[in-house]
Parts: sequence; C-alpha cells; structure tokens
Amino acid sequence: MPDDLAAHDEALSTRVQKQSQPLFAARIKVYPRRVRGLYRNIKWALLALCLAVYYFVPFLRWDRGPGVPDQAVLIDLQGQRAYFLWIEIWPQEVYYLTGLLILAAFALFLATALLGRVWCGYACPQTVWTDLFMAVERLIEGDRNARMKLDRQPMTVAKATRKSAKHAIWLVIAAVTGGAWVLYFGNAPDVLRNVFTGGSDAATYFFIGLFTFTTYMLAGWAREQVCTYMCPWPRFQAAMLDEHSLVVTYRAWRGEKRGKHKKGDSWEGRGDCVDCSACVAVCPTGIDIRDGQQLECIGCGLCIDACNEVMEKVERPRGLIAFDTHANMAAAAKGGSARVRPIRARTVIYASLLVLVGGIMTAAMLTRTTLDFHVLPDRAPLFVTLSGGMVQNGYTIKVQNRERSPATLTLSIDGLAGAQAEIVGHKRSDLTIEVGPDTTASFRVLVRAPRAALKDERTPIGMRLSGAGREAETDTNFRGPATAGGAR
Amino acid sequence: MPTKIEKDAVSGRETTGHEWDGIKELNNPLPKWWVYIFYASILFAAIYTVLYPAWPGLTGYTKGLLGFSQREQTMERVRQGTELRAPMMARIQAASLEEIRADPDLLNFSLNGGRTIFADNCATCHGSGGSGRPAFPVLADDDWLWGGRLTDIHQTISFGVRNANDNSRQSLMPRFGVDGMLTPAQINEVAEYVLALNGRASDKAAAGRGEKVFAENCVACHLEGGKGNQELGAKNLTNGIWLYGGDKASIVRMVWYSRTNSMPAWVDRLDPATVKMLAVYVHALGGGQ
Repeated sequence: MPDDLAAHDEALSTRVQKQSQPLFAARIKVYPRRVRGLYRNIKWALLALCLAVYYFVPFLRWDRGPGVPDQAVLIDLQGQRAYFLWIEIWPQEVYYLTGLLILAAFALFLATALLGRVWCGYACPQTVWTDLFMAVERLIEGDRNARMKLDRQPMTVAKATRKSAKHAIWLVIAAVTGGAWVLYFGNAPDVLRNVFTGGSDAATYFFIGLFTFTTYMLAGWAREQVCTYMCPWPRFQAAMLDEHSLVVTYRAWRGEKRGKHKKGDSWEGRGDCVDCSACVAVCPTGIDIRDGQQLECIGCGLCIDACNEVMEKVERPRGLIAFDTHANMAAAAKGGSARVRPIRARTVIYASLLVLVGGIMTAAMLTRTTLDFHVLPDRAPLFVTLSGGMVQNGYTIKVQNRERSPATLTLSIDGLAGAQAEIVGHKRSDLTIEVGPDTTASFRVLVRAPRAALKDERTPIGMRLSGAGREAETDTNFRGPATAGGAR
Repeated sequence: MPTKIEKDAVSGRETTGHEWDGIKELNNPLPKWWVYIFYASILFAAIYTVLYPAWPGLTGYTKGLLGFSQREQTMERVRQGTELRAPMMARIQAASLEEIRADPDLLNFSLNGGRTIFADNCATCHGSGGSGRPAFPVLADDDWLWGGRLTDIHQTISFGVRNANDNSRQSLMPRFGVDGMLTPAQINEVAEYVLALNGRASDKAAAGRGEKVFAENCVACHLEGGKGNQELGAKNLTNGIWLYGGDKASIVRMVWYSRTNSMPAWVDRLDPATVKMLAVYVHALGGGQ
C-alpha cells in the first residue's frame, strides 16, 4: 500500500509539473554561423542598397523654384506639405499615401505568391538591420563557436571589453538610424547641423532617441523574436502562398534517409543529407529547414548556401536545399518535374489589383486640380427674407490656390434664375476675388433671389469660380421659405 | 517570520511556512517587474507631492516646489493669445470701419473674431448668426430699426438702445389703447390700414378710415405711408418684416399696449476695437448698407 501511495504521489507530481510549465518558451539564443554563397551575396547587395537608399535619399535635391524646399523627398510638418520629387501633397490629399500603402501591400502579396517570403528574407528593415548588427557582432566576437564560447565564459575584462565594444557600435548604428529618420522631416543639411550644434527642438531629439532605442532593441536583442512573435505578416502570409510559390525547401525525397557519411562510404540506400547541421547553424532564426515549411522561416536562403557548400565537399549534386515549389517537389519525388507556373489565378488577381490601383492613382494624379473650392452655407439663419421680398442666403466660401502664383477668379451662380451674388467687402457688382499663391482664402458671399425662382425649401445651385483657364464648381443649396407668401 | 521553509512535494514550490489547520500556503511572489513598477510608483508619488500642489490644509494647500498652477497656466495662455492678437487689434483700432471692410486681412479677422464675440455676447437675444426672434430683430436681413450703415450699427452696439447710457438710442411708442388715446374702433381701423400698407387688408373701408387715424397719431414717427424713421427707431411698416408679429392681432396688441425692448451699451463691457469688429461682423451678416 505505501508503495502504491508513493507511486501515486510521484505520478501526480509529474503531471502537475507538466501542467505548470511556463506560458512562454524561454528564448534559445541563436548564434548564426558565417556563410558564403549566392544568396548571401544577394543579401549583402540588397542590404547595401536598402541602407544606401535610406541614408542618401534625404540629401537628394529637387529644384521647385524660389521659396519652396528643394529636398526631393520631404515631409514638412510645419509647412503642412509632403514633397516627393515633382509631386507636392497637401494634408487633405493624404489619400495618395493611402493609395501608396495599398500598392505596396498588393506588390507584397504578388511577390509572396511568386517568390515566397523574399520581403522577409531580404528587404524588411528588421532583416536588414538585424543582419547589419550580426555582422558587427561577428566582427567583434567572432563566428558562431567563438561567440557561444564567449557567452559561456565567466565575465572577464576581455569579455567585458568585447561586449561593450559591440554594444557601443550597435548604439552608434542605432543612433545614426534614428538620426537619418528625422532628416526626412526637415531640410536634411540644416537638420544635421542643428542636431550636432544642439539647435534642434526637443521633438527632434526625442524621435532620434526613440528610434535609436527601438533599432538597438529590435536589431540587437529581439531579432528573430520580432518575426516569430511580434510581426503579423508571417501569420497570414500563408494565405498568399500555394504549391506553385517558390519557397526555401529541403528536398526530403533526395535527402532522406539522412545520416553521417564518411569519405569512401557508399551512397547506395541512403539520402544525400549528411546531417551536418550546417543549415541549422547558419539560420538567422535558428530553425531546421528539414522540418519543412514553418512560421519562423524568413525565406532568406542562407541554408541553401550552407548546404551547397557541404554538397560540393561530399561531391553530391547541389540543391538539396533550394528555392523550389511544392508542386515540383511532389513531382520530383515521383521522378518527374512540374512546370513553373508564374501565371496563376492568384498572381493574376494580385497583378490586376496592382494595375487597377496604380491606374486609379495615376488617373487621380493626372486629373488633380490646383484649385479647391468649398462652400459652407450659413446654418443660422438658413435664409432671410429681405424687405423687397427677395430671399437671401449667406455662404462662406473657402478657396485654395495650390499654385505658386496668385489666382484671379470670378464667381458666378448656376441654376437659380435672377440670382444676384455679392461678396462682402467688395462692391455689389464686383465678383472677382484674389487668392494669393499657395494659400487658402475665405470670403463671405451673399446670394439673393426672387422667391418665384425657388423650387422648394431647398433649391440646388452651383457656385462656379473661373479665371485664367482654371475653373472649379461646387454644388450647394439655396434655402427658402417652405410655403409661398405669409409674413411672420 | 516563518521558522522553516519547506518545499511542497506536489508542485515543487516553496511554502510560506505558515500553516492553518494543516493547510499550507505556497509562496507565489508577485512578478519582479510588477514589484519594481509598484516601488517606482510610490517614489513617483512622493516626489510628485513635493513638486506639485498636493496636500489640503485648513486654510489652503501645499503649493509644491515648482509653483505649478492650472489657473496660472490658463491665464498665461490667455495672455499669450491676447499678445498674439495685439498687432491686429491695434490695426483694427487705428483703422476706420470702412478701411476695415476694404482690407481683406482686417475683414477676415473681424468676421472670424466677430463670430465668437457675437456668439458670446449677442446671440443670447439676437440668435446665432443674427437670426433673430420675436422682439429681437433679425440682423441678417436688410430691415434696420436704427440704420444699417456701418456707422449706424457701430453707434447702436456702442451705446445700446433705451438704457441708462447718455448716448443710448431713445424712443418710446405711446400706449394708444391703455392710455385711452385711441378708441378700440380707431385702433381696429389703424391696424387695418397698416395691413393695407402691406396689401393684406381684410376690411377696405376700415383701412380707409384708419389712414386718417394714422395721419393724426402715427405719422410723426413712422412717417408718411409708414416708411419708418431710423432716427427714432420707428419701424418701417411696409416691408413685410415685423418685430412683434405681423398678423392683425399682433398689430392691435402693439398699438394698444405698445412694447419696447432695450439693449446694453457695449462700450461699457467691450474694448473699442472689439466693438468695431462686432460692427463689421453684424454689417456682413447679410443686410449691411
């Protein structure tokens, strides 16, 4: 009996211990090994390109004439304008930015459907900066084995020196990253000078600090955890992939059964995989690609490079791990091969959406006017009856001239017989207004009409501004009494 | 202090060492991050109470080392606002009413400022946007009791109507019925005449007799044909716009009892530049002449 009881207690204890596991898996630190090869070179090239674009673009100039910023890409918050080369966006046109984001989303969907997670693996800022930080780490602390050894060592002066050198360089890179971000929000050379002479405002230093902190944390410490836990994209990218998408795959049909291989051993009856774990050692997210497609895989292809190196050494064909489609994998396993099918329903749909949105954006851009005209009818009183029996409505009109030269415009009223307009502050017959360059001006307009001309309580009318080849018309209402006749 | 720390066999956790009727409590401390934030909050509160107004006393409260006060902050913002407006207010002050109207900047400033000032001070009686209501004239139409030119409006706003100010507009319509100046029949006739002026008489004969009554009693102020006199605030009776109602009963009541209203002198309450802005705003509401 006591034995039974002890056994029962033991079993219970194990069960409870199993149940009371922590809610989060402890992070196993990833020590990616150095690797050489085609995809590593592509990754370096894209890293250099992305960083160059990020740091160089604020210094590009674009002449827009006197009195206007000459920075090619600029978000001028104080001046309430965004400049992109020849395009100048006012705050109310922010939907162009929305359109741009939609375009970017569809481009991402299309690229994913065709080539898998190339965005994640090559161009995502998280990938680019993490890669850069890892390069620094490797430079100072050595490659995978050296780093693992260093981390196991007790703290010594030498270790502390190396670690602090690494973090110092990381912080400098992070600060430069945050520093470059603010260059997009002001004239870059001025901003740069002011930041160093202490002449910038608190907001500038705050944002530099913020982005320094986030860059340092995300690229230095969080790394693959951002992709695995924080980023929503890996969670739903599976919806864009199908069996014809190119993904990083381990050709299990060729590799299995895996096993160690000594020189001279026969390759008969076994797979090509020599179980050297090179693919695991180089992986920046620390996964084993041989387990198949998984959420953590960012599709960077470094394991392909690593495996190819090994395959060359053991004198087997390259491409045990490769960018391949699941369809081709399945066919190859049966000895055949599948056609690459870039044109599929989903790619066609993504491409058409891309073209459609791009077309709408282009059309909107081409038909964009530089004259905006808004009419705000008085809300109290809606109308008044004048002593002569005419009905009068008051309006405030706002005219925005988005050109760099003043606009002279004439106001007219459409759709109301016998209507007379008057601009407050002008002579009765003078319906010409002046709107300065790059400004919004507002005017008070009074419109009078004989009661007989009114259709109803509400008569739709149009207000038109025209002059010097520019025209804008806005629909509004002219209000009047509900019933004909009858004084209050 | 617990004397003995033991581990619970089932969960493997330490106990607190307390025991109640054989029941022991597991030691599950609060997460460290939580505890540190808790301590930091206590520290924050302590520092805050020293720096900022915090503790109530019998006669006041602790002011805090920073001397912060929301009231002062608001006053400072008001001061900044006033300072910001000062140059424009000075220009308004220096310019004539006509000059304000002719200058787009001053006009816009007056219209926008005037809208707020009007809403704060005038809309209570005259309605928002000067839409008026019975006994309080519509300011958006072109019928004026005391004149619709900029100077007239400015004068009326400045000194008001029928108040104690020496310059205020003054006039009084007699109580023709109450004081027995006219008989009920005469009042009926003169009301018919006033309706006739607007083409709405129901009894042409009575209206005809009313013309004589009008000529004897009303013409002095309302002038020949009821055209009104803005010098005296005597209403124009021919334009279909009414202050106390235009139906016959209202007209009879007006002649019988007479009714008056009044308006404060705004020079006593607002500075001269503000009164000017208000005059320009009211003039622009729709009926300025």
